[in-house]
Amino acid sequence: MQRKQRLSRQTAYFIPYVLWIGLFVIAPVILLVYQSFFDINGHFTLGNYQTYFSSNTYLMMTLNSVWYAFLITLATLVISYPTAYVLNATKHPQLWLLLIIMPTWINLLLKAYAFIGIFSQAGIANQFLQFIGLAPQQILFTKFSFIFVAAYIQIPFMVLPIYNSISELNPSYVNASKDLGATSWQTFSKVIFPLTLPGVKAGVQAVFIPSLSLFMLTRLIGGNKVITLGTAIEEHFLTTMNWGMGSTIGVILIIAMVIIMSLTGGSKRRTKRGLTK
Amino acid sequence: MKKLLSIIIALAAVCGLLAFGANQLQSSAGSTGKKVLNLYTWGDYIDPNLLTKFQKQTGYHVNVETFDSNEAMFTKIKQGGTSYDLTVPSDYMIEKMKKANLLLPLDKKRLTGMANYDPRFMDLDFDKDNRYSVPYFWGTLGIIYNDKFVKPGSINHWNDLWQSKYRDKIMLIDSARDVMGFSLASMNKSMNTTDPATLLAARNKLNQLAPNVKAVVADEIKMYMIQNEAAIAVDWSGEASEMLDGNDHLHYVVPSEGSNLWFDNLVIPKTAKHFDAIYAFLNFMSEPKNAAQNAEYIGYATPNKKAKALLPKAIRTDRQFYPDDQTIRHLQIYKDLSPAKVGLYNDRYLEFKMHH
Repeated sequence: MQRKQRLSRQTAYFIPYVLWIGLFVIAPVILLVYQSFFDINGHFTLGNYQTYFSSNTYLMMTLNSVWYAFLITLATLVISYPTAYVLNATKHPQLWLLLIIMPTWINLLLKAYAFIGIFSQAGIANQFLQFIGLAPQQILFTKFSFIFVAAYIQIPFMVLPIYNSISELNPSYVNASKDLGATSWQTFSKVIFPLTLPGVKAGVQAVFIPSLSLFMLTRLIGGNKVITLGTAIEEHFLTTMNWGMGSTIGVILIIAMVIIMSLTGGSKRRTKRGLTK
Repeated sequence: MKKLLSIIIALAAVCGLLAFGANQLQSSAGSTGKKVLNLYTWGDYIDPNLLTKFQKQTGYHVNVETFDSNEAMFTKIKQGGTSYDLTVPSDYMIEKMKKANLLLPLDKKRLTGMANYDPRFMDLDFDKDNRYSVPYFWGTLGIIYNDKFVKPGSINHWNDLWQSKYRDKIMLIDSARDVMGFSLASMNKSMNTTDPATLLAARNKLNQLAPNVKAVVADEIKMYMIQNEAAIAVDWSGEASEMLDGNDHLHYVVPSEGSNLWFDNLVIPKTAKHFDAIYAFLNFMSEPKNAAQNAEYIGYATPNKKAKALLPKAIRTDRQFYPDDQTIRHLQIYKDLSPAKVGLYNDRYLEFKMHH
């Protein structure tokens, strides 16, 4: 009797979760897939997928998106890993971590506008260049500025998981490696890096996937000189009102993300055991 | 468990208080009750003083909600839900809403100010005999340039933009119809063409413009032009008038060979409920004094002939915003194209954006 009651109570606790997932995750994805099989006149078709895979524009755009997402992730990783490493060695890592997380409390649009001010012709960046004797450069609307700002925005999401896995690393492994005669580089490449790889993978997922479909920054900072799939989706939903095509691109993005998740998330279970402090 | 319960109770109490507060604020602003008018319009598209005046005169409180694109407005009206009484679509969107049965015809007997409007801006293709719409503002698409970087008077035509000396100097408005449109106009083609080969040619011509294009952006153009970030921009006259207010070095040109002529008209969507208020408002806005005040505040060109006469001479005779008849004759109004044709414009436009 009691067991049954407990069971039903458990089911009751489960309801909000199931409702949430059902209404806001599963249902929208099903709708998206469903929508992607309709053309602009509301007829059932596979044509959207056919258009996607036979159009140079979309294929180029896909390559572009992946390439820029890769560059953004790489830039973020190169900055974040040493940062997380140094953070772990400081006296008050939580305080420093808080400082790194703080920018995420500010609205993305505000941050983008701040960078417009910094990078513009009369902005601080150009004032500095003039100060050190260089001619003012066009910084805004370049690929560089786009990657820079995107990386700036994504860095906290990369630092956090890496920091967590570094702080969980048992220092005796590092000591053992050194005692056994490994150089610093060997210790890093054979011990520290492999053991913190789960954090890196989690960080890469957290950065790469949103970067694939960035669209506001491509216009505000990139001046539409960088075109990603996000741009195309926005246009299909808001201007062309070709929801079928927009959904098709959305579905393809989801599939791409699933592939990336499965590529980067494979060996989580194995590394979790026994390696913590 | 007790602690958890008290947290939940506290949260519920906070939520309740907030809801109560919001409700109080809203009712003190007078949005509940019967004497209201729900106006659904573009951002910052009416002089707030006029709304106060309207409320004082008629007792109707105007709730303003804003949209930022015709398409967004269309979707919201189509979904229903909110009882918008009046909205301000552009020309081609009026045609589209008409086709979708989203508009209610005007009761001409209740309108008092229709004679104030310039007959040039009435009875147009998108709404024959003005069965559904009352003109609100009109404007053009054109070129804004900064005389710090460009010799005054040296840009008069679309083709001038293609000169190699303007490399990396031009900003374009991020709109498929307008960018494709000016490329078509530069080739003396109709801005409403649906011929795939012509559209392809327009895209190829745009691709040649790509080295001159600094960025394809939206509302931010205003800020950039005011801050001297770019020398040249292609944008709408309404945006241009705001830029000119912010920077004395800017000038606006409507190429005489042809450009887009656009209208924003007041219409009654089928979600409307407060008809007395609607007609009171339409008549209020048709009064020359009020229309002139609005035009002076917004900076767009008014279709109200009597209102125009009341405007200061400097505005009234400004060829930038009230072009001469010769130019007006060459301007083209966008037609509502079928979704497939709009798709054609968008695909070519996307290809151009990819190119540069």
